[in-house]
Amino acid sequence: MSKISIIISKGSLDGVYPGLIMANGALMEGHEAILFFTFFGLDAIIKSRMNKLKVATVGNPALHIPSLIGILPGMSSFATAQMKKEMEKLDIPPVGEFIEMIHDAGGKIYACKATVDMFHLKKDDFCEQMDDIVTVGQFYEMSLDGHIIFT
Amino acid sequence: MGVLIVGEKSIQTDDEGYLVNFSDWSKEVAEVIAKQEGIDKLTDRHWVVIEFMQKEFKEHGTGPSMRKLTKESGVSTKELYELFPKGPAKKAAKIAGIKKPVGCV
Repeated sequence: MSKISIIISKGSLDGVYPGLIMANGALMEGHEAILFFTFFGLDAIIKSRMNKLKVATVGNPALHIPSLIGILPGMSSFATAQMKKEMEKLDIPPVGEFIEMIHDAGGKIYACKATVDMFHLKKDDFCEQMDDIVTVGQFYEMSLDGHIIFT
Repeated sequence: MGVLIVGEKSIQTDDEGYLVNFSDWSKEVAEVIAKQEGIDKLTDRHWVVIEFMQKEFKEHGTGPSMRKLTKESGVSTKELYELFPKGPAKKAAKIAGIKKPVGCV
């Protein structure tokens, strides 16, 4: 059994999901999982934002939509809706439900203190599954005896 | 390939211990696999999960995703991890005699 710590630093839908899927997958395999949300990744555990994450349609060549089209109003919402539909088919839950699932499975959820201070956030802004606001040092104390993955 | 001895019978398994033929499965087989997986006694709640997995397997040829399992069987994520610690989907599939789960969630 290993310990796997995943840092989620991006706040787009496609920036958040890989880390969630990998954390959940680790738990399913019987490993320990820690999620550390930093910078815009924090949106995934902020109550008012976690279920409103969007796919970036500009500056994302792998989406195969020309950037000039990507800037049109509604494009991001459209791409997001499409992706959510496909994920639902695969039984991948919405962000809020996924965080709850990971937490219920024993995964730990932490928010980065530097970012919390920088964005003037409070504990109340976060979903109830957020275990603690920790410094980088505390994160390393918890995770250095295992694997660390940055996303 | 591996072999599982249950009573007088030897049952074929793959390298990871999943049954090769579901037709070899019985409640006795389930108890033996459960013990190997560190579960001393299968309770009624274990059986709810095992039977749901088998139902899904018979209908779809594969075990359910964790989400489907927790939503439809009435066993919550927390309870599932308590019943089958350290890897519930795989453990429950093995005990249920069905194939190793292939989904990522």
